Amino acid sequence: MRGASAKWLSVYAVAYMLFLYAPVVLLPLFAFNDATVVAFPLSSFTTDWFTVLWQTEALHDAVRNSLLVAVAAAVLSTVLGASAARAAARYRFPGKAPAMGFIMLPLVLPEILVAVALLVPIIQLGLSLSLWTVIAGHVLICMPFSVAILGSAFQGLDISLEEASLDLGESRRGTFRRVILPLVMPGVISSLLICFTISLDEFMIAFFLTGTDVTLPVYIWSQLRFPTKLPSIMALGTILLVLSVVLLVLAEWFRRRAARRQGLEASATGGLM
Amino acid sequence: MAPGTSNSIILLDEVTRAFGSFQALKGINAEIREGEFFSLLGPSGCGKTTLLRLIAGFDEPTSGTIMIGGQPMAGIAANRRPTNMVFQSYAIFPHLNVAENVGYGLKTRRMPRADIAAEVERALAMVDLEGFGRRAAHELSGGQRQRVALARALVMRPKVVLLDEPLSALDRKLRDQMQVELRTLQQSIGITFILVTHDQEEALIMSDRIAVMFEGEIAQLASPEELYRRPRTKRVASFIGVMNFLPAGFVAKDDSGVTVEIAALGKVTLRLESIPTTLDPATIDTVGVRPEMFTILSDGREPAERSTPGTVVGTVYYGDMTYYTVQLAGGVEPVTISMRNTAGRSVLPSGSPVTVGWGAESVVLFE
Amino acid sequence: MGLKLDTEARRGLLLLSPTAGYALVMLAAPLVMIVTFSFWTQNYLDIDTTPTLHNYREAWSRPIYRVLMFRSLRISLIVTLATVLLAFPIAYFVSFHVRRRKALWLFLITVPFWTSYLIRVFLWKVILGFNGVLNTALLEVGLIDEPLTFILYNSNAVVLTLAHAWAPFAILPIFVALEKIDRSLLEAAEDLGDGPMRRFFRITLPLAMPGVIAATLIVLIPTMGDFITPRLVGGTEGLMIANMIQVQFSRANNAPLGAALAVSSMLIVGVISLVICLVGRKLGGRVR
Repeated sequence: MRGASAKWLSVYAVAYMLFLYAPVVLLPLFAFNDATVVAFPLSSFTTDWFTVLWQTEALHDAVRNSLLVAVAAAVLSTVLGASAARAAARYRFPGKAPAMGFIMLPLVLPEILVAVALLVPIIQLGLSLSLWTVIAGHVLICMPFSVAILGSAFQGLDISLEEASLDLGESRRGTFRRVILPLVMPGVISSLLICFTISLDEFMIAFFLTGTDVTLPVYIWSQLRFPTKLPSIMALGTILLVLSVVLLVLAEWFRRRAARRQGLEASATGGLM
Repeated sequence: MAPGTSNSIILLDEVTRAFGSFQALKGINAEIREGEFFSLLGPSGCGKTTLLRLIAGFDEPTSGTIMIGGQPMAGIAANRRPTNMVFQSYAIFPHLNVAENVGYGLKTRRMPRADIAAEVERALAMVDLEGFGRRAAHELSGGQRQRVALARALVMRPKVVLLDEPLSALDRKLRDQMQVELRTLQQSIGITFILVTHDQEEALIMSDRIAVMFEGEIAQLASPEELYRRPRTKRVASFIGVMNFLPAGFVAKDDSGVTVEIAALGKVTLRLESIPTTLDPATIDTVGVRPEMFTILSDGREPAERSTPGTVVGTVYYGDMTYYTVQLAGGVEPVTISMRNTAGRSVLPSGSPVTVGWGAESVVLFE
Repeated sequence: MGLKLDTEARRGLLLLSPTAGYALVMLAAPLVMIVTFSFWTQNYLDIDTTPTLHNYREAWSRPIYRVLMFRSLRISLIVTLATVLLAFPIAYFVSFHVRRRKALWLFLITVPFWTSYLIRVFLWKVILGFNGVLNTALLEVGLIDEPLTFILYNSNAVVLTLAHAWAPFAILPIFVALEKIDRSLLEAAEDLGDGPMRRFFRITLPLAMPGVIAATLIVLIPTMGDFITPRLVGGTEGLMIANMIQVQFSRANNAPLGAALAVSSMLIVGVISLVICLVGRKLGGRVR
C-alpha cells in the first residue's frame, strides 16, 4: 500500500477532483464575466448579473415560494420522521418492519415514478395543484432521510436514562422535554437542515405538482430556454452554491458540537449512512 | 406467611411474572424490614432483576401483591412510588452536570433553587464528592459515576433504595472498597437498601439478610451467617462459598440424635437440634462439610473429635490460606480443605499422607 | 385476529401511525392507482376504465417505446458501471491513504453537489457545446482547428453528465464499506505471504462488496428515471424513457400509457436490481 501505487492513486484523486469541480468552478467564473455568451475567452469583471437578479420580480417570488415549501417540508418531515424513528427504536409491536420499509420506499423509487404517482390521484380527485401539493410530495421524499438521521439518534438513547427520569418522579412528558429531546436535538437540527436543502433543490416533483406558484428549480428550468438569461442563471447558481455550503458547514458544526457535549465521538460520515 | 410486622417496609405476596409461556417469577413471598440491607442473590436469569423492577414500578406483576410502606402498589407507576433506583449502567444524564443530575428529581418537585443546591451539596458530601457539582458527566470515572447515581437517589429521601448490580462494572479493588462504603453509608442513614447481585461474596459482606433465588423462586431467605452455616439445599450450599458433598445414608434415630453413615468418614451422630425440621432423616443421601470445617492434623498438635486418613493430591496457595485437595481413604471424590497459613505451618506437597480432623458439628444436612 | 397488545406495543403503534399513515396514503394508494391506471385507456380527455392490456402491448411492441426503454437501460447500465468504477479508487484513496482529514475530503467531494442539479446539468451543456467552454478553450490553445461535435446532444453527453452527477452517491457507500474493513485482516494476509494485488482481490474487494452493491443500486435506479439530463444534453439520440413518460402525462394526454411505461420500466429496474443483488452476494462471500 506504499510507493508507486500510492503515487498513481494520488494522481488519480487529484484528476478526479478536477473532474468533479469542473462545472462548479465555471459558476463564479461566468457569474462575474461581462459577456452574454458563456464561452472562452473571458472578458472583464462585472457584478451586473447579480444586480439583474436583484431586480427580477419573478425570481423573488420563486425564492419566496421555495423557502416556504422548504421550511414547511423540513418541519413536517422532521416531526413525522422523529415520531417513526422513536417508535422503531423504543417499542416492539407487530408490523414494524414492513411499515418502516414502506416509509423508506421513496429512497429507492425513481423520482419520476413518485412524481407521477402523486399526480394521478390528485387529478382523479379533482384537486388543484399548488404549493401545498408540492409540500405534500416533498414531505414524502424527505421522510426517509429524517427517519434515517433520527433513527440513529434514537437508537443511541439509553433506555435506562428514561427509566431513571421516571424513577426520580418525572412524568412522561417531562422526561421527553428534559431528557429525550435535548439528547436527540443534534439529530433534529441535522434532519431539519438536510430536509430543507433537499426540498430547496428538488425539481421533478415540484415540476409535476406545481400550480401557478413555482419554486426556484422550476423557475430556473423555465429560464434555461433563453440564452440571454444564462449569465444571470450563473449568478443565481453561485449564490445557491455558497448558501448550501454554508448550511452544510453549519449542520456539521452543530452535529460535532452536540456530540462533543455528550462526550461521544462524532463519526466522519455523520450518521447519515 | 406471617402478616407483616410493624417494621416491615415491603411486603411481597405470591408475586409472579410471566412472559408469554415463560415464568420468570413463580410465587415470591418475602417481607423486607425497614432500615435493613437486603440482597437478592442468584445466578443470571434467576429473576432477581425482574423482581427489583417490579418493586420499582417499571413492570407490573402477572399476579400477586406488592406493598410498600403499607400501601398496595398495583397500578402505581414508577414515578409515583416511594422508591429510587441506582441503575446498573448508572444512567447519568450526559447532557447535565453533576449538580443538575443529582438535583433532577428535586427540580421535578419544584423545590426552590436555593434549597435544591443545599440538598445537592448534602447528598454529594454523603458520597464523598463534595465540590463536584460543576463537573460534566463525561469527565467522571466509573466509581464517581456510581456515587453520583447514588447521591441522586439518596437526595430524594425515598423509603427504599434499589440497587441493580451497582458494583459489577468496577474493577476489583474499587469494588471491594465500595462494598464497605455502601454498607457503612446505609447503616449511618438508616434507609432500606435492596441490592441485586450475582456475587455471593458481595452479598455476604453487605447484607443484613439475603434472599437466594434460583429460576424464579426464593430458595432460602436468611442472614449471611445462617445461609453459610445452614444452607437449606445442595444448590444454595454450592452457590454460597465452597462445599464438599459426601454420600451418606441414614442409620438410626433416637433421643441423642440421628446417626448417619458418611462415605470415608464413618458413622456419626448428629444432634436433633441441627436437623432441619422439614427433613425426613430416612431420605438423607448427601451431607456437606465446609472446607474450613476439616483440619489437617499435624503430629497430634490439635486434637479433633474424629479423624480420617488421606493423601494430598493438590494444593492452591493463596498467601494467607492454602487450599488442599485431599483424597480420603475410602472416599470417592476428593475433598477440599482450607488451612490458614499461620506461623510454623508449611505447605504440604502433593502426595503427602495426612490425617484429617473433623467433628459432628462440621456436618451439614440438606432438605 | 384478536391480538393482545400491551401498553408498550400500543404506544409504539400510536407513534408510528401518523408517519406510516402518511406514507400509505401518499405512496401506496397512488402506486396502486398508477398500476390500475395503466390498465385503462384514454382518448383525449375521456378515460375508459375497462381493464385492458392495450397500453402494455403498445409499450412493448411499438418501436419508439422499445428503443427508448432499451436505450435507457443501456445508458443507465453504462453510467452505473462508469460511475462505480471511477468512484472506487477515490473511495479507496480516502479510506486507505488519507490519515487525518477524511472528513474534509468527504466534504470536498460533496460540495459540488450542493449546486442545483438543474444548473449542474446545464453547465455540462455549456461545457460541451459547439461554442462551449471546452471547445473555445481547446481552440484558443490551438489543440484543435474545429469545434468537436461528438461530445454534445447524444448519449455520450448523457453518460458523462450522469456519471458526474451521481459520483458522491457512489463514493459514499463504497467508502463506508471500506472503512469497516478491519485493517488487521490485511496485515494478517500480508503476514501469511500475500502481495498487495492478492490482498486487494482476496480480502478488500469481497469485504467491500456490500458497499459496491449499494452504490450500484443507488446509481442505477434513479438514472433510469431521469429526464432532465437527456432533455438538456441528450439531443434526440440521447432521449430516455422518462422523457416519454413526461410527454404522455402532459402534451400527449395519454396518462394510462405513461403509467404503463412507468410500471414497465420499474419492472425492468426491479429485475435487474435483484440480479445485481444476487450476483453481489456471490462475489462478496457471506459477509454481512
